[in-house]
Amino acid sequence: MRASRNDAASGGALKRNMPLVPADSIAGRALVTVIGIMTFLAAFMVGVGIMIHGASREWTDSIAKEITIQVRPSPNRDIEVETEKAAAIARATAGVAGVRIFGKAESEHLLEPWLGTGLDLGELPVPRLVVVELSNAANLNAADLKDNLRARVPTAFLDDHRLWMERLAAMAQSLVVLIVVFLALVLVSMGLAVAFATRGAMAGNKGIVDILHFVGATDRFIAVEFQRHFLRLGLRGGAIGVLLAILGFSLFETLSSWWARSPGGDQMEVLFGTFSLGWIGYAITISIGGVVALLTGLVSRIIVFRHLRGFE
Amino acid sequence: MVRFESVGLRYGMGPEILRDISFEILPRSFQFLTGPSGAGKTTLMRLILLSLKPTRGIITLFNQDAKTLGKDAITALRRRIGVVFQDFRLLDHLTTYENVALPLRVQGRAESSFRAEVVELLHWVGLGERMHVLPPVLSGGEKQRAAIARALIARPDLLLADEPTGNVDPPLARRLMRLFTELHKSGTAVVVATHDLTLMDRFDSARRLVIADGRLQTYE
Repeated sequence: MRASRNDAASGGALKRNMPLVPADSIAGRALVTVIGIMTFLAAFMVGVGIMIHGASREWTDSIAKEITIQVRPSPNRDIEVETEKAAAIARATAGVAGVRIFGKAESEHLLEPWLGTGLDLGELPVPRLVVVELSNAANLNAADLKDNLRARVPTAFLDDHRLWMERLAAMAQSLVVLIVVFLALVLVSMGLAVAFATRGAMAGNKGIVDILHFVGATDRFIAVEFQRHFLRLGLRGGAIGVLLAILGFSLFETLSSWWARSPGGDQMEVLFGTFSLGWIGYAITISIGGVVALLTGLVSRIIVFRHLRGFE
Repeated sequence: MVRFESVGLRYGMGPEILRDISFEILPRSFQFLTGPSGAGKTTLMRLILLSLKPTRGIITLFNQDAKTLGKDAITALRRRIGVVFQDFRLLDHLTTYENVALPLRVQGRAESSFRAEVVELLHWVGLGERMHVLPPVLSGGEKQRAAIARALIARPDLLLADEPTGNVDPPLARRLMRLFTELHKSGTAVVVATHDLTLMDRFDSARRLVIADGRLQTYE
């Protein structure tokens, strides 16, 4: 009379260690849906936060790297001489590492996205650009440079985009903070949903809890069983949410790379950076699913213990 | 093993449903707990299981005062008591095998360490061929035997059986009672709650604890 013999005699392997809390229920499926949606929102927010943070860093870096002097053509002045003069003024300014004059051909090339190729731009009054690379943005006195240029090269205009770039970067950083706050709210809401679901499950499975107590189960054993149940639901919901988020981001990246081929896309990329999460972004998105599942298990464990403490 | 001294129980502000209950269950003893329906047999069993707290009196379980016991100590004592509920209380989503193995599983034992033991007991109670079946598919008698097997699997010092023959035909009732007497002979104290006088008459030597009007009389 041994298990193997009886397994065979009874026509199949024994079902063992099935979950003590019934796995499938309407409430369980609803909770998986809620967790899935919350995970998707959390992952989406984190993804957007990563993109904005990346763009903000690019803007900040570009602020630290360079500024531009634009020399406009004037009927009474030789634009080449004026450009050289502006470059010399910039070179002599503190905080400047190097100066590079955009050649005529390069300047005309910049207009190609708007005017197309194959046009003779020689007769057009195309401005010339001087790119000023900064060694240390903090040392640069932009106001002095602007005044010097105005006094000695009236057709030169310092394109000091630092101010609006700084504002954009500050706005992006604020958005990242806002996203972190929203993420916290989403996680708290999910925790509350899990807490209510656990209370519901405890009430709905009171008979099971009673029997487990009568056959000698400790509160710890019962809590672990419920925790496992909710961890499973959390993993299922988390996986659904992460999968949706990854699909969404992949679609977004595909669309943006397709759109990036257009001139408008180029400009958007300059402004907002690339719409790409990178492998770190995807790894963080996936880890959110794990965090959500762990949070679900942890919240349910706490609620079950509290419930059992008052259980008679 | 179990001692009640002037135990009383009331729900809320209502009247006392059990009054001055005093008795003792000795090791290796066999007794019937009887009385009319609604007299408080199940309530008395719940008091023994410490799932109800008396409003007065002293309950001593395995030489420990119930009032001083914490949750872990109560759990440890419950592991020494096997219970057969009137309504079986099997878990519908677990197979017969899993239901019977439950008291060992909650002790944290590995499934491989008790598999043979559970299968053997299932054969002993005549459920060898029904171990894969879920309780809703079992007949009343099969459920009863599964509930009894679950109560016996951990080799308890005390077995409490609440109306164990209430849902079965007379031949099966006799078979189940033989099972209890065998268990008693092997050293377990047995308390069978029943209001079936014919059944009790067949086991004339057993002690009778009779509850009526909230009071308990013992007939040796």
